Amino acid sequence: MSLLSIQNLHASVEDHEILKGLSLDVNAGEVHAIMGPNGSGKSTLASVLAGRDDYDISQGSVTFQGEDLLEMDPEERTREGLFLAFQYPVELPGVSTHQFLRTAVNSVREHRQLDELSVSDFLKLMKEKAEFVNLDPKLTQRSVNEGFSGGEKKRAEIFQMAMLDPQLAILDETDSGLDIDALRVVSEGINKLRNEDRAFVLITHYQRLLNFIVPDRVHVLVGGRIVRSGGPELAEELEAKGYDWLLDEAGVSA
Amino acid sequence: MSTYTEHDFFEDVVEQGYKYGFVTDTPSAKAPKGLSEDTVRYISAQKEEPGWLLEYRLKALAHFFKLLDEGKEPSWAHLNVPAIDYQDAYYFAAPGDRVKYDSIDDVPQEILDDFEKLGIPLREQAALAGVAVDAVMDSVSVATTFKEELAKDGIIFCSFSEAVQNHPELVRANMGKVVPYTDNLYAALNAAVFSDGSFCYIPKGVRCPMELSTYFRINEANTGQFERTLIVCEEGGYVSYMEGCTAPMREEYQLHAATVEIIAHDDAEVKYSTVQNWYPGSAEGKGGVYNFVTKRALCSGRNSKVTWTQLETGSAITWKYPSCILKGDGSVGEFYSVAFTKDYQQADTGTKMIHLGKNTRSTIISKGISAGHSNNSYRGLVKVNPKAENARNFSQCDSLLIGDQCGAHTFPYIEILNHTAQVEHEATTSKVGEDQMFYCQARGISEQDALNLIVNGYAKEILAKLPMEFAVEAQKLLSVQLEGSVG
Repeated sequence: MSLLSIQNLHASVEDHEILKGLSLDVNAGEVHAIMGPNGSGKSTLASVLAGRDDYDISQGSVTFQGEDLLEMDPEERTREGLFLAFQYPVELPGVSTHQFLRTAVNSVREHRQLDELSVSDFLKLMKEKAEFVNLDPKLTQRSVNEGFSGGEKKRAEIFQMAMLDPQLAILDETDSGLDIDALRVVSEGINKLRNEDRAFVLITHYQRLLNFIVPDRVHVLVGGRIVRSGGPELAEELEAKGYDWLLDEAGVSA
Repeated sequence: MSTYTEHDFFEDVVEQGYKYGFVTDTPSAKAPKGLSEDTVRYISAQKEEPGWLLEYRLKALAHFFKLLDEGKEPSWAHLNVPAIDYQDAYYFAAPGDRVKYDSIDDVPQEILDDFEKLGIPLREQAALAGVAVDAVMDSVSVATTFKEELAKDGIIFCSFSEAVQNHPELVRANMGKVVPYTDNLYAALNAAVFSDGSFCYIPKGVRCPMELSTYFRINEANTGQFERTLIVCEEGGYVSYMEGCTAPMREEYQLHAATVEIIAHDDAEVKYSTVQNWYPGSAEGKGGVYNFVTKRALCSGRNSKVTWTQLETGSAITWKYPSCILKGDGSVGEFYSVAFTKDYQQADTGTKMIHLGKNTRSTIISKGISAGHSNNSYRGLVKVNPKAENARNFSQCDSLLIGDQCGAHTFPYIEILNHTAQVEHEATTSKVGEDQMFYCQARGISEQDALNLIVNGYAKEILAKLPMEFAVEAQKLLSVQLEGSVG
């Protein structure tokens, strides 16, 4: 059984259909890259999986660990082990990162019938994970994302992922807006979190992220459907040739 | 570090609701119903007051009736106040049938128990360390803790009634000097029928070693509470004073018309903090406390400083403008406020900063939070008089909206009569964003916890200014009130 199984998914926003029959299977331990031009539905896929309610699902199904994902509230999805790293992480003025993550971690633990972490254990965990993903501990002493640079926000997302220890992480254009050094740090964090139980879906416009994180599978999303799948070499082909030839093939105008 | 976690905290909150809504079952001696000279004489006689005070009360009563006849109920606030029948209420109620308690051993057990239930243990061995409490139920102060210990430093902390008996010269010299009974209708009413409140006197050069606080509790039905508090801080003194308030849940409204006066002499500093949690009425807008309050500080001395910090979460209607008259050169006034309204609550609150002296400074930070069908207004006046050279003011008024049925309004008034003044005003209005809520949920946090985090984050700057002992309680209270405000 796949960890995540998406079958013939159709999703629309205000009567405008964006996903038009998308299917994808992800197994534990695998890293899948989803690439595609702007407007192909990449971020919609991430939002639908995380449970944003701006979308109407007219057809199709999504199961996560065998359960109907679309029936779950967003917080339940996360507690079940799904994690979305946001393309644009949201600032929460005045909300301490400590308080925010402690509420998050303990909500997840409660759901998994684990004891709540004590303050000292929580602080230990935070320190350990910040070191693990190479995050400046000063950032954990500030309000959530408030006044962070673009790069700091992306790194904080990877840190939050490490804290919540998901089975499936969806990274929505985590590479966008990063310079090469920041990209390296973020990628290192992700690579460290890679293991045989955890799967990743990397959503990206550019191939360069895949120089740092080598995916098992690459899928090309065009016009709301996956039009081609392959190994890492597909990403290189896209880098060389662009998306136009696939758009033509799929009969979609850019 | 406390082992109490946010998670416990949110769990508590979910279970609580308005946990202060119970009624203490104790006999009560009441004045005859209605408002008249007889009522005033009755109150004054019960409290065995000197003649000058009765005379003062009677003058105030006459003024009240005059204002009422002339239709001078304040009508400028952005509030919808139902007509109040001043004859259909009791103006004095003594819990446990006693007007005065000389010792805590005389206080009926059920009253002590219920204060304990409110988190205010009154026996000193159990009392909150570092906090002296004056506990007022309806019209009577039932106990004041740590009185003797404070007296060692020459600090007077007692009920207003006791101060009238034991320190009449101090009371007479100061009461009505900052808020005269002619100030407004409710101030006149309070001056006529005020019952109890606290009196604090900090002598020259003394830094009060503990927090002073008064806990106000309305218990009896159909009974108004008319608290009167007077704080005098002599040259170089310092005191931090805190008040808390709750009332049972009742179908009919209850009137609370208070007057608070503060006088700060040269180099004196007074911090006055309020956590106001009067019963706000039912979710449908029935009952609740009408909170009509006049609070004002006179910074009479050079470099004196008064800070008002308030968390307003209760009351059906709040009409309240804690103000500072900055008379002494170099004096400083500060106002920090979080006002939360939900359901059908209405709040019109803010401050007045009146700059009279040279080099006076004031800061206003007001954060309104509105949910449900409530209406929440900030109203503030910054006035710089002709002689106030180099006056400075900074005002910031933020409003946060939860849902789309509530209202937030800002009414800033600025009068500058001296060209050297520097006055800044900033205002923002924001909605609790769907993006923020979704971001929290995407981290496994429930909607209710998410709202708590976001709103407490928004209010944090102000709550952090409350005395430490109360900051956690305040945060909790805000979360209790937020319960059910999602969506």
